[in-house]
Amino acid sequence: MSVSSLSFDPIRLPSQCQDLRKEVRAFLKQEIAAGTYDPTHNKTGEMFSREFSRKVGAKGWIGITWPKKYGGQERTFLERYVITEEFLAHNAPVQAHRTADRQSGPVLIKYASEDIKMDILPRICRGECCFGIGMSEPNSGSDLFAAQTKATKTTGGYLVNGTKVWTTNAHQADYMIALFRTSPPTKENHRHGLTSFLVDMSWKGITINPIHNLTGLHDFNEIVMQDLFVPETHVLGEIDGAWKQATSELAYERSGPERFMETLGVLSELVRVLGEQPDARAAEQLGRLVAQLHTMRRMSISVNGMLQAGKEPVVEAAVVKDVGTIWEQRLPHRAREIAAFIENDDPRNRSAFEEQLAFTTMIAPKLTLQGGTTEVLRGIIARGLGLR
Amino acid sequence: MRIFSDLGDPQTVNRARDETWRRTLWSNLADAGLTLAWVPDTLGGAGADLADGFEVIGISGRYASPVPVAETLLAGWLLSRARISVPAGMLTVSPFRPRDTLLMSADGKVSGRARGIPFGRETGHVAVLADAPGGARVCLFEAKSCRVGEGKTLAGDPMGDVTFENATPIASAAAPEGLDRSKLMMMGAAIRAVETAGALQTVLRLSTEYANERVAFGKPIGKFQAVQHNLARLAGEASAAMAAAGSAAEAIASIEADPARFDDGIFLEVASARIRSAEAATEGAAIAHQVFGAIGFTKEHILHRFTMRMLSWRDDFGNESRWALDLGNRIAAKGADEFWPTVSAR
Repeated sequence: MSVSSLSFDPIRLPSQCQDLRKEVRAFLKQEIAAGTYDPTHNKTGEMFSREFSRKVGAKGWIGITWPKKYGGQERTFLERYVITEEFLAHNAPVQAHRTADRQSGPVLIKYASEDIKMDILPRICRGECCFGIGMSEPNSGSDLFAAQTKATKTTGGYLVNGTKVWTTNAHQADYMIALFRTSPPTKENHRHGLTSFLVDMSWKGITINPIHNLTGLHDFNEIVMQDLFVPETHVLGEIDGAWKQATSELAYERSGPERFMETLGVLSELVRVLGEQPDARAAEQLGRLVAQLHTMRRMSISVNGMLQAGKEPVVEAAVVKDVGTIWEQRLPHRAREIAAFIENDDPRNRSAFEEQLAFTTMIAPKLTLQGGTTEVLRGIIARGLGLR
Repeated sequence: MRIFSDLGDPQTVNRARDETWRRTLWSNLADAGLTLAWVPDTLGGAGADLADGFEVIGISGRYASPVPVAETLLAGWLLSRARISVPAGMLTVSPFRPRDTLLMSADGKVSGRARGIPFGRETGHVAVLADAPGGARVCLFEAKSCRVGEGKTLAGDPMGDVTFENATPIASAAAPEGLDRSKLMMMGAAIRAVETAGALQTVLRLSTEYANERVAFGKPIGKFQAVQHNLARLAGEASAAMAAAGSAAEAIASIEADPARFDDGIFLEVASARIRSAEAATEGAAIAHQVFGAIGFTKEHILHRFTMRMLSWRDDFGNESRWALDLGNRIAAKGADEFWPTVSAR
């Protein structure tokens, strides 16, 4: 690939997107007023709400781009972008459906049997189905293709033994899409030998152990599989060929607004605590943050527009995530510096800001790790530039 | 694109001993109508649309062109907004900085000083936006009717302060509704952002090619992870500049650069493009020079043609700190509850 193929067309959100945005905002406002969730909550544990996900599903906002026969709406990636963005901006508890909506559903549409699709996809769209991802293992994280959990062929399916780790929501999930080793890697291709499987989390042979993250909350898990039987029907795609399937999935995962908006709450609270007439130093720093945020939105919308046009902007998506996660990771620290000289502000605003600051500071380290570390992303970009 | 690659190739330009090539490059661009793309044919221009003009500017940036393509396009835009016929030849604009004021007296003469005007000593004419008793006026001056100071940009292009002392314009007309200095600064800032994005694309390409060719410690330096990661960051900076500048240009084109329609949304677009592209220039230039090592720090190498121009452009039409101050103040004044609706409106 040559450099000139890096492109970020100035794609605009069409008017139906901005109409949808209003509708989503009104819905969220109503849900907050009704007490379905508290937008100022700072505990990821409270980001999981089946009740909320069902309401979102009833609106038709999960799987919105999917074919109608599977419960989708056949609407555009840009409409999906707007929904994702509004949920993030309003701290909505989307964890019960986010993974299925973003990644698992599209994988099933591409690689699952018709029976499975007809069974599971409509339930995802109704907000009734939570997915986890089984990729990392205790001895393979970023080095995905070093996975050792074995799936051994047996009558009618596979027997799985091994351990997956860092699976968000595994303790609440209904299903998991996981990579298991069906053959050893070959000399020519170290990525060969892994197969993608759909696992029902209620099956026998699965033990889930909680892992508490440094904020004290439980969303990560370790999954131990002992003689877990997975029927043949649940193989997704080519045996031993999962590596061929991974790249396009990652373009979806990497380019969305969740890759720069996870600490945005601290910026809104900073604006509140700064008041209407900040000093020049604070105003100038705030202006830079807003310009950077606007730029990332324009990049992300551009990538989503390219996805809509059927392109695979893998390198552009990696760029969005690299630039975006570095930004959102630094944001709490920059907000703290900007707020350093504020005095005589309203104590209520101050405590809301400090609460956001503490929370976003604590979650910041994970932002450049999850869904592909900075090092991995820069490797992908370097390959795209023709350096590898 | 062909004209630039044939006549404005940075390597050729860098080696040239005299300035003949500049005249040839300029006359070819002018003959193709590119330098007056934003002037309707009734006023002496090519009558192209705004997007085409921004494309010319982007390409000019990719070649770090040392002729006043962008300045002439902006001058043409300013003059034709006031229905003033646009002369042939190189043009520049005053003022170039947001705080510089040129005053027109009741008898139609202009006084004042505009700092940091590029190409002032080379251009035949200067397009001026002046403050007059009855409101802003657009005027056209012969360059010889004002005093042009000596000076150079970081990239070695001519630049100086332009002083008007009771100078008489050869043409003058009331600025149309909404066209004031802030709008001129917005057009100028968007133009510099687009040029910077163009220059960064070339800097990324040159740096990547060099990293693949230059062998050290037994392999091309581009095979070292530390160098790859620097280049990936450069790609990120170039991408940010491309996205922000492309978006601002599209936004301006969508309102046909009508000064009366420059609203808060356009301000957000232009300020962001200006701020983010200037930041990208700072970061990108540093990374590129790191990749090239000592050879990139020499006069004979072409890298400085791009990096020094990008760095120099940061100061025209309000530097990124000034734009950030304005943007930050606007966001603060609207309050926290309007923060997200404002950002997401674009």
